[in-house]
Amino acid sequence: MSTWRRLHVKVQTTRGLLTSRPVTQRHTWLKGHVLLCQSLSTGTPLRNDFFKDLEAQLAAMRKKAVDALPGSSWSALEINPNLPPERADIVIVGGGVVGWSIAYWLKQKERVRGEVKVVVVEKDMTYSQASTVLSAGGIRQQFSLPENIHLSMASADFMRNINEHLSVLHEDPVDLQFNQSGYLFLASEDVAHIMETNYSTQRDAGAKVALLSPTQLKEKFPWINTNGVALASYGLENEGWFDPWTLLNAFRRKAISMGVIQCCGEVTDFKHTTNMVMTADGEHLGLRRIHSVKVQMSNSLEYQPVECAIVVNAAGAFSGKLAEMLGIGLGPKDTIAGIPVPVEPRKRYIYVFHCPDGPGLDTPFLIDYSGVYFRREGLGGNYIAGTSPEEAEEPDTSNLEVDHQFFEDKIWPYLANRVPAFEKLKVTSAWAGFYDYNTFDQNGIIAATACSSPPAVGRAVAELILDGGFKTLDLNGLSFRRIMAEEPMLERNIV
Amino acid sequence: MSAPFMSLRRCCQRSALLIVTRRPRSSSSVSPSHPPPLHTRLLLSLTQRFYDVEMLLSWRSQWRRKGIRKKNAYYGYTQRFYGSDLAAAYYVLNMKGAFRFVGQTEWYCPDKRGKFNWDFLNHRDTQLEEVNMNYTLINYTGLVNLEEQRSLRTLSVRGCSEVDDWFLARLHVLQDSLEELDISHCPHITTGGLAALRNLKGLRRLDVSSLPGISSPGLVIILLEEMLPQCQITATGYDLSLR
Repeated sequence: MSTWRRLHVKVQTTRGLLTSRPVTQRHTWLKGHVLLCQSLSTGTPLRNDFFKDLEAQLAAMRKKAVDALPGSSWSALEINPNLPPERADIVIVGGGVVGWSIAYWLKQKERVRGEVKVVVVEKDMTYSQASTVLSAGGIRQQFSLPENIHLSMASADFMRNINEHLSVLHEDPVDLQFNQSGYLFLASEDVAHIMETNYSTQRDAGAKVALLSPTQLKEKFPWINTNGVALASYGLENEGWFDPWTLLNAFRRKAISMGVIQCCGEVTDFKHTTNMVMTADGEHLGLRRIHSVKVQMSNSLEYQPVECAIVVNAAGAFSGKLAEMLGIGLGPKDTIAGIPVPVEPRKRYIYVFHCPDGPGLDTPFLIDYSGVYFRREGLGGNYIAGTSPEEAEEPDTSNLEVDHQFFEDKIWPYLANRVPAFEKLKVTSAWAGFYDYNTFDQNGIIAATACSSPPAVGRAVAELILDGGFKTLDLNGLSFRRIMAEEPMLERNIV
Repeated sequence: MSAPFMSLRRCCQRSALLIVTRRPRSSSSVSPSHPPPLHTRLLLSLTQRFYDVEMLLSWRSQWRRKGIRKKNAYYGYTQRFYGSDLAAAYYVLNMKGAFRFVGQTEWYCPDKRGKFNWDFLNHRDTQLEEVNMNYTLINYTGLVNLEEQRSLRTLSVRGCSEVDDWFLARLHVLQDSLEELDISHCPHITTGGLAALRNLKGLRRLDVSSLPGISSPGLVIILLEEMLPQCQITATGYDLSLR
C-alpha cells in the first residue's frame, strides 16, 4: 500500500518536472502574452488536478459507503448531539462540585448497572461564575455543630482515599494538591468562651484540634502579633486547602465513566401537576409533582423537555432563583407554600498579594476575630486574603467586578495589625465569587443546597434519594424541616 | 506489526455481536508524552469494549488495596492481651520492619523470609525507641498501632510507596518525642505534606532526599529549614543546578 503511494508520488513529481520546462520557455518567449498562455495551456497541469480530484472523490465515496453500511453512526435526521435525553430518572441542576458529587454517589450506590439514569445540567461550561472554582478551597473540622464536624471529617476521609474512589482505569491518578496546613482561629476576650465550648464539641466528635494560649501562639508562630488575642484554636490534622477545580474534574471524569450524562444548558421551566389532598387537620393542600424539566440550550432557541422523577437542586448560589421558578415561596404567607428557599448569592472578594518577608511554609489558614482571613498560596511568598463584609455593606451581586478600595479599607489594616510583616505588601490580583448565603441561619440545607463539604454532602443526598433516609451520617438537623418550623441552627464558627 | 490488530479492531467495530457498549470515556484529553506499551493499549481497548475485562481489572486493583488495608489493620486483639507496646512491636515485625526497645541496644528484625524471634514478648510494657520501616507497606491507617509510643525517637520510612501527605500529617501524635525522621525516596509525598511537619518541633534530623513528588526542591528545602530552625535537613539526590 505504501509502496504504491510512493510510486504514485514519484510519477507525479516526474510529470511535474517534465511539464515545468515547456511552460517556462513559453513564459520567457512571449512576454506580452504570458497570462494568456498560462490560462490557455490545457496540457499536463489540468491532468494533475484531475487525478487529485479523483482521489478526493474516491475517498468521499468510500466514506459514504462506510456510513451507509450498518454499524456506523450516520443518520438522515440531523439531531443536535448536545441535547439531553428525553427521559431520565434524576436530573441534577447545577454542575458544580456538589452536583457532580451527587451524581457520582448516585451511580456508586446503584445496585444494578444502569439502574438510575442521571443527567447533570450545567449552564456555563466555562464555570466563570461558579462558586466552586472561585472559592478558596479549604476544609476544616472547626465547626460548632456536630453535624458539620462529622460531614467534614467524612469529606477528609474521602479525600485521603480519593484515588480509591475516583480513579478511572488507565487514567492519571487524582492529585488534589492538598496542603496539610491546618486552620487557626483567633478569638478575642468576649468570644473566648464560645471557642472553648466549640473545642469540647470538636474533641467529642473526634476532630484533632488544639487550644493555644497567646504565649504558646507566639512560640509556634513568631510572626503573629498576639495583641487582643485571648485564645487560639489550631487544627492539627485533616485540615487544609486544596484545588477545588481538580476535585470537580475528578468527580466529573469518574461520573461520566460510570454513565452519567452531561448536558450544557439552562433549566428554564418545570411542568408539574397538582393533586388536591386533604391533611389530617381537614385543610386542602395542593400536592405538586414535577413531570418534566425544560432544558434550554445555550445561545439558541432549542430546548428539550426532560421527563424525570426527581430533580436535585444543586445550583449553589442560584438555587433560590430556581426554586422560585418552581413556585416555591410564591404562595400566600403562613403556609408551607409560602416559605421560599432562603438562599441568595452574596458576593465575596478574594485578593492575592505578594509579601517577600511573610510567614513561610507553616502558615495556616488564619482567621482573625475581625473576620479577615488569609492563607499561603504556592511557594513564592504569595498569599490569598478576604473577609466577610457587614450585613449593611453587602456588595451588589449583579456582576463579578472587584472593588479594590475594599481591600485598602477593610482588609489591609487588620492584616497589618495581625502580621506586622504584611505592612509591606503588593496586591497582584483579585477576583470575586458568589457565596451561597443561607439567609435563614447561614447553615447548609440538605435536600436543597450546598454547604462546605461536597463529597460527604453528595453521599448524604444520594442516600436520601436511593435509600430513603440518611444512612452513614445523621443529617436530619440540616434538612428543610427546620426552615418550615422556623428553628434556626446557628453555626457560630463561620468564615 | 499493528496491522493485524488494526483489522481486528475494525472487525470489532463492525460486528454488533462482539460490541457490548461504547460508553463515552473520560472528559480529559491529556495525551501522554510517549504512548503506553502495546499490552497496556490492548488491555485498555478490551476494557472499553467488554464489561468482563473492566470488572476483572477493577477486582485486581481492589484486591491489592484490600491486601494493604489488611496488613495495616488495628492490632486490637494483641493490644488487649499483650498491651499496646507489644502490639506495636508485633505490628512492626509483621510489616517486615525492625525496632529497638527503650534502654536496650538489641534490634529485633525479621529475616528475609519474614520469620522473627519471639523473644521480644519477654519485654512487656517497654516502649519502642527506634523503628525502621524502610521499604514496607506502612500507611496512614497503620500509624494507629504506633500512636501510643510516646518515647519514639527515630522513625524511618524510606522508600515506602504507601506513605503520603496524610501520613505525615498524622505524625503530629508523636510531636513531643520524635527527633529523627527519614522520609526519603517516598514517591507519594508532595510539598503540601512537608508543610505538615511543622508540628514536629522536637525534630533534630530530617532526611528528605530524592522525593520525586516535590516540584521545586531547592526552594522547598530552604522553606523547610526556615520552618524547622533547630533541625538538620539532609536533601541529596536533587538536581539543584540553575537552568
